[in-house]
This record gives sequence, C-alpha cells and structure tokens, in this order.
Amino acid sequence: MEVVQIQRRLVDFTKSLFMEVIPSKKNKTGTLRHTNLLTKISVLCLICLVLLLLVVVDREKGLLDSQFLQLQQLQDESNPDFVVEVVSLFFDDSEKLLNELTIALDQPNVDFKKVDGYVHQLKGSSSSIGAQRVKNACVDFRNFCEVQNIEGCRTCLQQVKQECYLVKNKLETLFRLEQQIVASGGSIPMIEMDF
Amino acid sequence: MTALVVDDNMVNRTIHHQLLDNLGIENVAVGNGKEAVDIHCSGKAFDLILMDMDMPIMNGIEATRKLREMGIRSMIAGVSTRSMEQEIREFIEAGLDDYQEKPLTVSKLISIIRKIN
Repeated sequence: MEVVQIQRRLVDFTKSLFMEVIPSKKNKTGTLRHTNLLTKISVLCLICLVLLLLVVVDREKGLLDSQFLQLQQLQDESNPDFVVEVVSLFFDDSEKLLNELTIALDQPNVDFKKVDGYVHQLKGSSSSIGAQRVKNACVDFRNFCEVQNIEGCRTCLQQVKQECYLVKNKLETLFRLEQQIVASGGSIPMIEMDF
Repeated sequence: MTALVVDDNMVNRTIHHQLLDNLGIENVAVGNGKEAVDIHCSGKAFDLILMDMDMPIMNGIEATRKLREMGIRSMIAGVSTRSMEQEIREFIEAGLDDYQEKPLTVSKLISIIRKIN
C-alpha cells in the first residue's frame, strides 16, 4: 500500500475521532510529516494503534480534545518532554484534588463551596490538557454542588476518578509508544488538525 | 516584550509559560494575585499580565483593581474558565483590557498580543 494512501487513511481516522468530539464543526485537511519509508510505515502503524486505544467505551466523546493537540504543538526540540511533563503535573495535581474531594465529601456536614472549589480547579486543569471527559465529568459534578446534592456529588466523584484513571492509562500507553518510536530511530510525527 | 503569568494552578502556569516562550516572550509566573502585586511593588514591570480569576489569598479581580490603583498601565488580560457574562463583568470592570476563556491557545494569545501592538 502506498505511503500516501496510508497517510490519508490515518488523517481520516484521526479526524473521525475528533469529529465525535466536536461534530458540528467541519474539519479541513490535515497534514503529516515523516522520515524514511520504513520508519514512516512503522510509525503510522504505531500511531493507528495509539489512536485506536484513544477511542474507548463512549464513542460519542473522545478521551481527548483539540487542546491536547495544542499541547503537542507547543513541544519542540528545546523542550522535547513538554507534553509528558504537563500531563504528569496534571495527574499529580488531580490525585491531590481527588483525595481532598474524597475527604470533603466524607464529612458529616459537607462544605459544598469547598467541594466546588476543588472541582473547579480540576475542571480547569483537565480542560487545559485536553482531557475532555474528565472536564465534562467535572461540569456535572459542579451542577450537583450547586444544588447541594450529596449523593449526586459522590457519584460524580467516582465518575471523575474513573475518567482520570482511564485517560492516565491511555496517555501512559501513548508515551510508551512514542519512546519506542524514538528508541527505534524514528521521529514522532505531528498530526495537525483544524477544528 | 515581557509578560507575567498569574495563576494558582501549576498546570496552567506551565502551559502559559510555554505558550509565551514559544512566541519569544520573556515571562515570569506567580501563584496568586498578592504575588502579582508584590512583584510590581519590587519594581518589576511587564508589558502583558495574564491574570487568572479564581485564586487563593488575592483573586484576579482584587489584584487587577489593586494594580490599576497603583497606576500599572500594562495590558491585563483575564484568563479564566468562566464564561457567563455576569461572572466576568466584575472582572472586566476591575480594569481588564481583554478577556479570554481557558484553555488559552496560541491564537487567543496572539489576539491579546495584537492589542498591545
């Protein structure tokens, strides 16, 4: 199969993932950069695998949104580990916030303002790294905080924990695959999309 | 051009710092509004301030108001997750030159910078 055809299939596949995220917007053509032919094919296969891993469970919402691509575009030779560093910061931060939330919701008199504050922080940072489903779960959580529904909050906390766990696993897999590509002498292709 | 990032969230500070770095803008990051005021009191000045709204100790509204009272005429752009008009009106009225909803992207940052130029 020609490389150009594989590239087109990859671009279309990538677009389909993000179209489920923002279905009302049209996608323009994406572009992809590669190295030599063998590296290109192996890299494309790995990328396809990664993208398949990112399409999980709920086909209506991807794990990640365009903000993650923005992060990848910020990474360059002077800061080659930027995405890993930011994502690691997010998961350290989210772990602390989730622990605080667990404690806060376990109190006999729940301080919903405090709970909302934690969720607001988690919503902000998840949005910044493109962890869309975590962010959406936080939106639901805040709605329950607003009406002071303790059971709703507890359910949402479990949902947020689950989404964080899921996206963490997927991103760890993505980063491991990237490391394998680099270790094999390949370069990480940037997938650019217009939303 | 120089910039000050004011945000209590480490993830956001890191991303905003990198965004500015990639545009060749020298920048410093602080964790709340009081630190933003203190750094100006120490004599430092910035062309651009990216100000988060919800922060402990001193929030973005209070910090913006205080900086304007101090005579700081830098471009202050509010950057927050809030989107409702009534939520951000007080922030804007405190003295913002611009407001962008998070997450901050390259294109949003460029639109802020164009207003400076």
